[in-house]
Amino acid sequence: MSPQQKLTSFYTIVRKDVVRIFRIWPQTFLPSIITSVLYFLVFGKVLGGRIGEIGGHPYITFVVPGLVMLAVVTNSFSNVATTFFQAKFFARNIDEILVSPTPPWVIISGYVAGGMVRGITIGLLVIIVAAFFSPLPLTHPFIVLLFLILSSLIFSLAGLVNGIYAKSFDGITIVPTFVLTPLVYLGGVFYSAQALPPLWQKFTFADPIFYLVDGFRAGFMGFSDISLGVSLSVLGLLTAILIALNWYLIRTGLGLRQ
Amino acid sequence: MSESALSIKNLKKTYASGTEALRGVSLEIPAGDFFALLGPNGAGKTTIIGVVTGLVNKTAGSVEVFGHDIEREAETARTYIGVVPQEINFNPFEKCIDVVVNQGGYYGIPRSVAIPYAEQLLKDLGIADKRNQTGWSLSGGMKRRLLIARALIHKPRFLILDEPTAGVDVELRREMWTYLKTLTSKGVTILLTTHYLEEAEQLCKHVAIIHKGAIVASGTMQDILALHDEDTAQKRGYRGGKLEEVFLQLTSEK
Repeated sequence: MSPQQKLTSFYTIVRKDVVRIFRIWPQTFLPSIITSVLYFLVFGKVLGGRIGEIGGHPYITFVVPGLVMLAVVTNSFSNVATTFFQAKFFARNIDEILVSPTPPWVIISGYVAGGMVRGITIGLLVIIVAAFFSPLPLTHPFIVLLFLILSSLIFSLAGLVNGIYAKSFDGITIVPTFVLTPLVYLGGVFYSAQALPPLWQKFTFADPIFYLVDGFRAGFMGFSDISLGVSLSVLGLLTAILIALNWYLIRTGLGLRQ
Repeated sequence: MSESALSIKNLKKTYASGTEALRGVSLEIPAGDFFALLGPNGAGKTTIIGVVTGLVNKTAGSVEVFGHDIEREAETARTYIGVVPQEINFNPFEKCIDVVVNQGGYYGIPRSVAIPYAEQLLKDLGIADKRNQTGWSLSGGMKRRLLIARALIHKPRFLILDEPTAGVDVELRREMWTYLKTLTSKGVTILLTTHYLEEAEQLCKHVAIIHKGAIVASGTMQDILALHDEDTAQKRGYRGGKLEEVFLQLTSEK
């Protein structure tokens, strides 16, 4: 395939997914927005005033970046995991791509780009909704954008690993429920790692979502629990590992070919 | 020596379950041929097709499509192949036109080029009026024709049909064969698996019969029909077509 043909194949995979995402917006966008509104009501109007300020900002302003990350991470992950798994397991239409000359890296890029479109769109929508509930300082817009892209990239890649490897429908529900959700809630969405006892701090530092939330929050509020260099190094390494793992799975056909 | 569309040498496949599906299959399909690969259920036909199309990893042996190794030159080899699978495997919620056009996209064909050709294919196969209907709303025969249109969108030189007429009524089957014969007249090589042996007998120039993962007979249709044993056929009582009786001679367990 020529580079132009590979680009066409990539565009086909992405277009198909993006058309679907926007066509079924009540399923893809609305739930996260409703959930976020509920969080903002609870933390902004009900609990926020009692908790006080963190780093000179109201509590709701502190939790907004974490709640945006929550939406981005879960949507990016579930979009790719579900789309790929359905194509593999139900209609088996993943064969349409597997029999074609589309190389593995184009398949990975296409599915991941679809997940990123959904994740980033959700992230932006939740930020817009949050602006109605809380003042949102935008200290470093480039860092906000960088971490928004990184989070959707990493969890789209993770979702693809899950979608490729899952052997039953349980396989794609277990990971979000028992792995992703605890990681998100223990990743500093609702608290600062500095407020934790040393042992719990170590657990938090082992959670990749902590680095996403912390960096993203730094973009808004101008302070972070850990240096951005460390966060970007951890996330860069994680991205490289996930890309390699996806490439290996598609290349060898593990979980796809008999 | 004529060019080979498909060259398989000593192909072996053992599944993770331990099932030995292919035990050293060798096969040559000349370019432009209409070739029948026949065998009982579970003989290994679909496994061969799976290996050739890249959906099944082989255990040993080599496979070349128009001289290109399916592993070392996978991208090139796959551009030659169009496949109509045994099972319906398109997204049932997609419109018919999208099923075909998207498949073109995976072969690097831009939508502006793929859409008019997809429309032509749907028209040729008699489902142009279903263009904007979703796949799930089609009848069984229409789904089969949609699979053929999808397989042809990138103008493959080698078309693989895995039981394409299963569950299709007589009239539609005849229409499909007429259409496929026009493709061979244009130089497209066809590999067909079917349980309708009278169709294979009429359509195909060459035939191979596979049984328990091994080729038990192969050659021109005349070579295979020459294996017919009238005495054995008479002992069976029920008389079918000549190819059917040869097939039973070679594969029957009874």
